[in-house]
Amino acid sequence: MESIIQIDQLTKRFPAGTGQFTALKNISLEFRKGEFTGFVGPSGSGKTTLLNIIGSLDTPTEGEVTVLGHSIAQLSHKQSAQLRNRHLGFIFQTYNLFPVYTVYENVEFALLLQHMPAAERRKAVLDALEWVGLTDKIDSKPAQLSGGEGQRVAIARAMVKQPAIMLADEPTANLDSKNSHHILQTMKQLNEELNTTFLFATHDEKVMAYLTRIISLEDGRVVKDDVIMMDNVMED
Amino acid sequence: MIQFLLKGIIRDKNRSVLPVIVISIGVFLTVLFSAWFKGIFSDMINVNANFSTGHVKIMTRAYADNAGQMPNDLALMEAGQLINSLNTEFPTLEWVERIHFGGLLDVPGENGETRAQGMATGQGIDFFTPGSQEPERMNIPGSIVQGGLPDQPGEALISNDFAERFNVKIGDPITLFGSTMYGGMAFSNFTVAGTVRFGMRALDRGAILIDITDAQAVLDMSDAAGEVLGFFKDGQYDAEQALQVKTAFNAKYAADTDEFAPQMLRLNDQQGLDEYLAMADYISGGMTFLFILAMSIVLWNTGLLGGLRRYNEFGVRLAMGEAKNHIYRTLIIESLLIGAIGSVVGTILGLSAAYYLQEYGISFGSAVQGGGMMMPEVFRADITPESFYIGFIPGLLSMTLGNALSGIGIYKRRTAVLFKELSV
Repeated sequence: MESIIQIDQLTKRFPAGTGQFTALKNISLEFRKGEFTGFVGPSGSGKTTLLNIIGSLDTPTEGEVTVLGHSIAQLSHKQSAQLRNRHLGFIFQTYNLFPVYTVYENVEFALLLQHMPAAERRKAVLDALEWVGLTDKIDSKPAQLSGGEGQRVAIARAMVKQPAIMLADEPTANLDSKNSHHILQTMKQLNEELNTTFLFATHDEKVMAYLTRIISLEDGRVVKDDVIMMDNVMED
Repeated sequence: MIQFLLKGIIRDKNRSVLPVIVISIGVFLTVLFSAWFKGIFSDMINVNANFSTGHVKIMTRAYADNAGQMPNDLALMEAGQLINSLNTEFPTLEWVERIHFGGLLDVPGENGETRAQGMATGQGIDFFTPGSQEPERMNIPGSIVQGGLPDQPGEALISNDFAERFNVKIGDPITLFGSTMYGGMAFSNFTVAGTVRFGMRALDRGAILIDITDAQAVLDMSDAAGEVLGFFKDGQYDAEQALQVKTAFNAKYAADTDEFAPQMLRLNDQQGLDEYLAMADYISGGMTFLFILAMSIVLWNTGLLGGLRRYNEFGVRLAMGEAKNHIYRTLIIESLLIGAIGSVVGTILGLSAAYYLQEYGISFGSAVQGGGMMMPEVFRADITPESFYIGFIPGLLSMTLGNALSGIGIYKRRTAVLFKELSV
């Protein structure tokens, strides 16, 4: 099994007033290709901070985080942008679609950044939208979509470039139960068919039910690391 | 990517409408005022050149020192020979003689007694030589109110104001009283062939225009001329070429200490026109700078507001792997696109308004008269090739500058901080 993320003695501190607030303390973890893992814990436990560092949006204060062979602390701004552009996909709680662009254009944007030729781009976008079942909405604007449809577009936008790792921060927080399950099934299907690694930050029990590994955080420390089901990962 | 950005600009009215309006207004004003100032200064230069200074002018040194007094006793002698040599030496210019004079116009009654009198400034120009450009150069045919051009010796044009004031009709006799070149009294009868109105108070108060040969005869100035004027044959004043001609001509007389030796001046050298020309450039440049500054401040604020509104979008784009400098670049490209749209709209509007002013102008009447400068009463715009692109300078620069300043905020923030602020 291929290890794609290594976290070694990670500590992250933020300035707070005259002192510093420690968001993550001495965290050491390893993730393998194809995992469907979630960071769970109360607000302020460090889930999002950890996700941001893995996503190269932030850097460690101490320790080492290596993603796909790249040490996050050593990356320049441009290199970290390239890492995100090529290998990482983000899914947000509030979807964050571009409101003035159509569904098609929202998904296409990720590929525009990769300078993909137009014909390939079109095929990839249509494939991604077919994956999430939204081919009939390609000309719709985000405002015309339901919450579930909006999040599916966000998933299509994140997966269209076929990233190795998908980072999802509370992806179901704004969805009802039915849509949450629909979204999670879509992501699970992606995980199983494309072997994409998923890392969630969540405290939604519906999400937890799908996870194969649950890492519990409290006050910036890992308090529990449970492997629920390893079949999918083992197959790899 | 540009197509993608253009779609965003067109669809997101908040991003484009206000900046396009601001830029269009600024560009409109830049184009309009630039063309108008150009027209005013160009008219002013042409009027002064055609009526008074020429593109270059030759006088005796003594005459030049007292030019305001029209001192014909200090006129150029052997003017015909001088013109012949000028035609040979400087064939790109047309050389003409002019005589300015002052005098009294006497309007006789039925019995030949004085019915009315008025002061007049006079000019002797070449009416009769076939192919003479002088009447057209001074726009005399277009300025005639009654009658026509003199077509034989002894005929004169007088200002229409004078004719109306003293009830002078076409064909009436008038008597010119003046002073000969040698200080003697000069008087001669003329028949009024027509009346003129130039739209310049200095000329319209009281003027008499006669043929140069009549002026030479009346003022006892045989083969003499107060001034010899040179005009570039293509009609366009070229300051550099004029300088070369002037330098070459004056060099020939540099060693001559005679106060009656001829001396050449350029248009720029006369009546403070150089300062006016410099002022025209300063005004045009200053106006463009002011518009850039004012619009940049407005668009900077617009850019800041737009940037705040689009924080979310920028954060998502960062997360998707777009580099900060790429986001910044796309902001600049967007501003160039918006600037280009605003510039096109503003230029079209500005050219339309300038065209109206070019055709009809705005009359400032007597408010602009006085001093040594001849000023047209109607200020017209002049659409030149520059009018088609001048607006793009503030249009593109202000939007780009405004967005560049507001976009610095993106650079100043660390990715993670920006990302947190976005709450994405």
